[in-house]
Amino acid sequence: MDEASAAADRVRIVRLVEHGFDPSAEVVPFAERVPQAGGIASFVGKVRPGGGVEALELSHYAPLTLAGMEALAEEVLARFPLDGILILHRVGMMRPTEPIVLVAAAARHRRAAIEAVDFAMDHLKSDAWFWKREQRADGWHWIEPREQDHADLARWSATAT
Amino acid sequence: MPIKLVFLGKLADLAGAPERQVAGPLDWSGLLEALDSPLGEALRGERVKLALNGRVLADKTSLSASEGDEIALLPPVSGG
Repeated sequence: MDEASAAADRVRIVRLVEHGFDPSAEVVPFAERVPQAGGIASFVGKVRPGGGVEALELSHYAPLTLAGMEALAEEVLARFPLDGILILHRVGMMRPTEPIVLVAAAARHRRAAIEAVDFAMDHLKSDAWFWKREQRADGWHWIEPREQDHADLARWSATAT
Repeated sequence: MPIKLVFLGKLADLAGAPERQVAGPLDWSGLLEALDSPLGEALRGERVKLALNGRVLADKTSLSASEGDEIALLPPVSGG
């Protein structure tokens, strides 16, 4: 498959996950579906331990959240020469060290795969339809958007072609 | 069939419930009237968006909802 191949041929797996999942077990079947890829890059985001956080709850709005992730997958496929893209995101209650997000990209060459994962993560972190709250000893706290996330996103518009 | 209001994120705390039913039809001023003060004030904030039947409104003040519709009140996302 070359870059001129129709985007429709490329693998996309996009899911919201309600329960704990094993990221490596998800990458294996994805890899099997992109046998022509020269490399697969993946990123696993976890609930960061420390800071007094006992639990994290991620809520979503079904009509927007999955559709937004699917649109992001299409944007990634349009922007990078990939054989496939995988985006899984947890919703619900999580404990520190549990995985929240898995993004994997398969490409002929490593740069596209690595950059596609970076691009997808910056977009998920800043403009995906998720609302997050943390439980600490004194109760639940809603997490406000971080300026750094918007700065990370701006990296890509500065280099837009 | 009434209009369903869906409150996301901290707006669900302000509303005291994730959902509420209100009688239609409903426009922007009607929605503000239907909500008590902390919610109404939050909704006026420029960072709170509205979705009608799963589509985000470019201009929330153009809201025009009928019986059976679903309106979601969307505070700024925390990110994934």
